[in-house]
Amino acid sequence: MSDSTTQEAPATEQGSERRLNMIEAINDALDTMLTRDPDVIIMGEDVGYFGGVFRCTAGLQEKHGKTRVFDTPISECGIIGVAVGMGAYGLRPVPEIQFADYIYPGLDQLISEAARLRYRSAAEYIAPLTVRSPFGGGIFGGQTHSQSPEAIFAHVSGLKTVIPSTPYDAKGLLIAAIEDNDPVIFFEPKRIYNGPFDGYYDKPVQPWKKHRDSVVPEEYYRIPLGKARTVTEGEQLTVLAYGTMVHVVEEVCRQKGVEAHILDLRTLVPLDIEAIEQSVERTGRCLIVHEATRTAGFGAELSALVTERCFYHLEAPVERVTGFDTPYPHSLEWAYFPGPVRIGEAIDKILKD
Amino acid sequence: MAEGPQGHNKPALSLHVPEPKFRPGDAVDFSHLRITQPGEQARPDEACHANETAILCHDLIRVLGDDDMPHGPWDPKLDPETLREMLGHFALVRAFDERMFRGQRQGKTSFYMKCTGEEATSVAAAMALASDDMVFPSYRQQGVLIARGYPLIEMINQIYSNKGDKLKGRQLPIMYSSREHSFFSISGNLATQTPQAVGWAMASAIKGDSRIAATWVGEGSTAEGDFHSACTFATVYNAPVILNVINNQWAISSFSGFAGAERTTFAARALGYGLAGMRVDGNDPLAVYATQKWAADRARANAGPTLIEYFTYRAEGHSTSDDPSGYRSATEREEWPLGDPVMRLKKHLIALGEWDEERQEQLDKDCMEKVKATTKEAEKNGILGHGLHHPFRTMFEDVFEDLPWHLQEQAAQATHERKIKFPEKPPFE
Repeated sequence: MSDSTTQEAPATEQGSERRLNMIEAINDALDTMLTRDPDVIIMGEDVGYFGGVFRCTAGLQEKHGKTRVFDTPISECGIIGVAVGMGAYGLRPVPEIQFADYIYPGLDQLISEAARLRYRSAAEYIAPLTVRSPFGGGIFGGQTHSQSPEAIFAHVSGLKTVIPSTPYDAKGLLIAAIEDNDPVIFFEPKRIYNGPFDGYYDKPVQPWKKHRDSVVPEEYYRIPLGKARTVTEGEQLTVLAYGTMVHVVEEVCRQKGVEAHILDLRTLVPLDIEAIEQSVERTGRCLIVHEATRTAGFGAELSALVTERCFYHLEAPVERVTGFDTPYPHSLEWAYFPGPVRIGEAIDKILKD
Repeated sequence: MAEGPQGHNKPALSLHVPEPKFRPGDAVDFSHLRITQPGEQARPDEACHANETAILCHDLIRVLGDDDMPHGPWDPKLDPETLREMLGHFALVRAFDERMFRGQRQGKTSFYMKCTGEEATSVAAAMALASDDMVFPSYRQQGVLIARGYPLIEMINQIYSNKGDKLKGRQLPIMYSSREHSFFSISGNLATQTPQAVGWAMASAIKGDSRIAATWVGEGSTAEGDFHSACTFATVYNAPVILNVINNQWAISSFSGFAGAERTTFAARALGYGLAGMRVDGNDPLAVYATQKWAADRARANAGPTLIEYFTYRAEGHSTSDDPSGYRSATEREEWPLGDPVMRLKKHLIALGEWDEERQEQLDKDCMEKVKATTKEAEKNGILGHGLHHPFRTMFEDVFEDLPWHLQEQAAQATHERKIKFPEKPPFE
């Protein structure tokens, strides 16, 4: 069953609702875990005194001390390799890679070491690390600050890949990731750090403050990994999305008057196949939307799964809307970004017959 | 189109491609190696500033002289009982290597790696550490496990990937793991364990623990980025860690020049990072013990990490898949000027009047028989490819803590295939 509990703001007493943006929600999750578990360690470039270039760790060093929250050398291989050793000791490191585009020097430590440590040692050693990293485009970051490499990680046996799309989810999913005994990649869609994004880059961004999912309880809560979230109920088609694209798709459907069943996948591995199957079997149509490049992207896996498992329910071919197979072009970012036109045309095509 | 190299009158540049001094068929002459006199190297205080070790990064710390007696301030002054214990570990490692090498040739396993000539860099180093100090070994540190008393049968079960293999037949032979013996799971990817050792040491310091970490890496693998990341993290956080570089001269067929040995020593890498560093005769068991102990005491006293280059020689091939006669002179092994660590320790004990050839013969025989008997015992659990492996269902375990739906489905598919292929066998065996 998909978890649809976040459709409405959680019930709280009038006036006591605490609304946060995603950065604040992540900070809150980290603070919560640093307080609850003395083995949680935060490390990464600029995460200490300064509190991170996106301010996700602001104030945490001051509150929890320099040996719990500290800066690291500029060495992704070192950050992740050291975190593997810390995990083997018994800590729960939460390393930050400043941008997902920089994660590649640390890939061997993630793919060959962290992901396989439990398997190769027959569970004698585990690497319970949560690698946080801002990813995705839409902030004029150019080709070295905009990539969406989630498919690389989803392809690796032994890694879990998590991507929140709201402040409420960001806190609950990050807490679940830190408590998980498997290595987790936690990609933070930086385009929606400060507010949901409707895909219209020439319009002012709405802050999270008025959004239903910006209500973030102060207390500890966790959202289980592997459970998708129903964003909107609808019978015309199923849309599978995650991160920034959840909001773009929702806005496009609203403007077009399309009643879509939008599923925010939340985690790519483990994937909520049950929620996907139930939805596609009902709607008979499926659109997959992600920012990452198209070829061998995670959309290809989703498309194959839907086709394999729901073929006799399908009324139209499964469509993918993705970024193009080029590096992210700085000045032409909005031509690259999967925006309302690309998504709208795909919806029209799926609904044509 | 770009101009060719002749299109200008500037001096032509040329590329240097390193070449080892001796190739197959060449006569070997190691007189270019500067072999220092035992006992001449200063022994700074363990808590000294890293700079004070600079001279030791280019020298060669040696203790045992040609007279088979210890010399100078690095003499660890080990009692005869400890020396005999060390010799016992040496003999056992050597007997084990011989038997397992033969086992590979007999088709009982796919792969083996001997450590012949390098025994001191593992055994003597391990004996200088506390038994619960965490080690992050590379693939030629079987001596650490043997010195720590890890049961031989567990090692053989792992090599045979049989049903007794604690690692469920998933790892390449010799890629041991023993949490109980503070021995980290070995990776085939080179140098990855170096930042992990630093991370473990940092964690130990964060928690106010008293245990330190040590790691071993080959001189060839110091070219990996991981090694340099590890050195940076170790020095930045003053991690209680020892970074051992085993310079055995050869990385499969590439000589140490391809890791930069023509320009400086591997110990001298320490200087650029502000680590304490030292270059040590790796075939001198007393020097290995003394320097490892120095570094351990230094780490334990929060005085900082140490990088040690153990200068040794890989007497055998890289692995059972390697033929060193194809790339190096056959006489290198005999001409190696630092001798053999086992012989040197044996001669030292004899010179002390604490050992003799008869006892050595008996020790070698006892070790051989112990390994032989244990091998026979392990073979009851199966050898590679003969069906006595871990239950079939274990293949899908431990990828994640829990089995997600896609692995459940794949496990069901594998079971289905199994039933068709072996209808007479239960599906999970």
